[in-house]
Amino acid sequence: MSEHVDSIKTYAAVWLVLLGLTALTTAVAYVDLGPFSVVVALVIAFVKMLLVALFFMHIRHSTRLTRLVVVGGLLWLGILLALTLADVFTRHW
Amino acid sequence: MITAAAQERETYLNASYGIKSWLLTKDHKRIGLLYLATVTLFFFIGGAFATMIRIELLTPQGNFVSSETYNKLFTMHGVAMIFFFLIPSIPATLGNFFLPMMIGARDLAFPKINLLSWYLLVIGGLFALFAMLAGGVDTGWTFYTPFSTTYSNTWVIATAVGIFIAGFSSILTGLNFIVTTHTMRAPGMTWFRLPLFVWSNYATALIQVLGTPVLAVTIVLLFCERFFHIGIFDPALGGDPVLFQHLFWFYSHPAVYIMVLPAMGVISELVSVFARKQPFGYGFIAFSSLAIAVLGFLVWGHHLFVSTQSVYAGLVFSFLSYFVAIPSAIKVFNWTATLYKGSISFATPMLYAFGFIGLFTIGGLTGLFVASLGIDVHVTDTYFVVAHFHYIMVGGTIMAYLGGLHYWWPKMTGRMYPEGWAKLSALVIFLGFNLTFFPQFILGYLGMPRRYHVYPDEFQILHVLSTAGASVLAVGYVIPMIYFIWSLRYGQMAPANPWGATGLEWKTASPPPAHNFDELPVVTHEAYDYSTVMEEVIQVG
Amino acid sequence: MASETHVATLALREQFDTAEQQKNASTLGMWVFLVTEVMFFGGMFLLYTVYRHLYPAVFGLASSSLNALIGAVNTAVLLCSSFTMVLAVRAAQLGQRKAIIVFLILTLILGFAFLGVKAYEWNEKFEEHHVPGASFHFEGMAPELQRNAQLFFSLYFAMTGLHALHMVVGVGILSVLIFQTYKGKFSAEYMTPVDIAGLYWHFVDIIWIFLFPLLYLIDRHLPK
Repeated sequence: MSEHVDSIKTYAAVWLVLLGLTALTTAVAYVDLGPFSVVVALVIAFVKMLLVALFFMHIRHSTRLTRLVVVGGLLWLGILLALTLADVFTRHW
Repeated sequence: MITAAAQERETYLNASYGIKSWLLTKDHKRIGLLYLATVTLFFFIGGAFATMIRIELLTPQGNFVSSETYNKLFTMHGVAMIFFFLIPSIPATLGNFFLPMMIGARDLAFPKINLLSWYLLVIGGLFALFAMLAGGVDTGWTFYTPFSTTYSNTWVIATAVGIFIAGFSSILTGLNFIVTTHTMRAPGMTWFRLPLFVWSNYATALIQVLGTPVLAVTIVLLFCERFFHIGIFDPALGGDPVLFQHLFWFYSHPAVYIMVLPAMGVISELVSVFARKQPFGYGFIAFSSLAIAVLGFLVWGHHLFVSTQSVYAGLVFSFLSYFVAIPSAIKVFNWTATLYKGSISFATPMLYAFGFIGLFTIGGLTGLFVASLGIDVHVTDTYFVVAHFHYIMVGGTIMAYLGGLHYWWPKMTGRMYPEGWAKLSALVIFLGFNLTFFPQFILGYLGMPRRYHVYPDEFQILHVLSTAGASVLAVGYVIPMIYFIWSLRYGQMAPANPWGATGLEWKTASPPPAHNFDELPVVTHEAYDYSTVMEEVIQVG
Repeated sequence: MASETHVATLALREQFDTAEQQKNASTLGMWVFLVTEVMFFGGMFLLYTVYRHLYPAVFGLASSSLNALIGAVNTAVLLCSSFTMVLAVRAAQLGQRKAIIVFLILTLILGFAFLGVKAYEWNEKFEEHHVPGASFHFEGMAPELQRNAQLFFSLYFAMTGLHALHMVVGVGILSVLIFQTYKGKFSAEYMTPVDIAGLYWHFVDIIWIFLFPLLYLIDRHLPK
């Protein structure tokens, strides 16, 4: 196998960080951050997603094509959200 | 030319016998033919509904069918034609058959998933057929809420389930094509040596994979609202029915590119072969397919101009809709430039290609009219829009489909179709088509609403012309059915390369062996290198 | 090594020329499939975004009726299952048959645990009449807001339900893989099914990573 085999230590470290971020996002939810609550929650979720994707799903070692596919998928979700919200957010202007 | 011994040669058609060998086949060529049968069936079902619509519209009063029945007719016409004919047509028949051969592969990447795709289309079709026979569905193929979720008393869920299942057929085909094109090209078959038909099917596959899942989840939500009475689009709960329209059209606009991109791929092939010339601007044509796939996802709000969508969003979508016309125009310019100083042959496939170029141009230009916010307020939900999309879907896609069927028929079946009858039906179709749909532009502009079966007396003459055209068009479609079937038994035996075309599919026998190539090809020539084909013809000659 | 090659050779399908081509195709196929899943769930995330924007206070109230601690614990359970899954994939890369089975079984157990907790939560919602429909009633909420609260719970059930459905499929896939590993189907040279099943499992985990804060943690800082 020419594949890169990560160490158990790497995976364990990522796993612990993920658990920590889960605790963090739960705790932070009880702090009044006003409109930034959502932002913080989403940022933490994004970081968790990145960790799972890069380490557990091996995107770190993947081909450019795989990364393009992943970015494409997220971009397309972004298009769906952005252009629909462009309608919803501007209806009462 | 073909000896009796060759007739006993093993092909994909006689490699195995019996119904199980067809229903459990993994051969992409056989699956292509299974699809051909299925989509043809649904074409005629959709055509039957169209016939009833046109009969009703002969008179200004609603005297052939009731209003409720008329609602069902145009709904089922749309559902059958879009989801069970147009969307699968070219990719699943010609694409399935030829994509692997064109790239020099033995089959698609996932043959069993390919077969599953066909079964999903059939099962979805059975659900839709059941709904049609059990009483029909009357929501329009667009299923707008709250009528579809709350007020319609027809077979909405059965139809929606059928479309949902067929959607997965489309998704899996797209997935298969993408993976196949990336990973299974023969040695030397670089991306820029690929036939343009492959590029367009690849771009189509991208749309299928990115767009259809949104339709799927929309149908799931529609189902939940109608069946479990949980209101997601229900205004009574603070829900927004326009959100349904956003989700629906996010798929359904790109869907029209699923329907037309493969057709454009066929035209690129036909124009090149029958002008005996390399396609002008190969790179531009290839990239324009990708551009259409991408830009096609940015314009869906042009279906919501009068829906209470915000004016500002409408402006954005209108602006972007103009952009998406550009890559299509590039293709039309390039096809025309390919014809220039080419050695033109007027074989039947070329006649269909000419028809496509002219009619698609008209359809596409009228797309610009409706993309303009101001004009669309006037013509939306009128026959102008109906004419616009029929010029593209019928004048465009179906003509390209027929052109492709004629072009590749010898390869698929080992038989030539009768050229005289084929030319005649192409002409009949062209005339019938224009007589059917051109009056509809005028009707729409004058204010005739779509989906109405009662109308003011002064519109009748245009409707009568349209129905007359539809009758001619119907004849034009039936004739090829007859002679294609006739040709299977009585058609002239076809050589490996009757058209002198380039492309790997022409280097193998007609019909091909089950495993496509006796030896895995190694590609050394650029695409559309007609000098090499000339050499072969001279050597044989 | 010879038997590993034999395993890999047996697994080579006739449409492919080399094992590497087959592996690339399978992997790309799974990634493309995951993109379709992103778009599938994406439609619901869109609705969530719009309705939360339109009815922020009601969404906050409705969200607070969910048990954040249980949600957090369940999130942790799923993250642990991703950990055991990637260890299973690693074991497969190293050809360690027994380890693969152990880690897959652990993943399976954690998956079941998640589903079990989910079932308990759903049951609670049923008992509190938080299920949208004719019998919906949110205790302590003004009547005119009840209808908007139903939107939250429609999305809650639709999104967690769809997610749970994907978990069930995942559990099924794991079961098949455990059996196949036991039968000796995989080797260090051929472990693609384990690899791509891992991708699927992690993806379902990522969906939950977003569902948890979006559904459970809205406006928690506000007094109840």
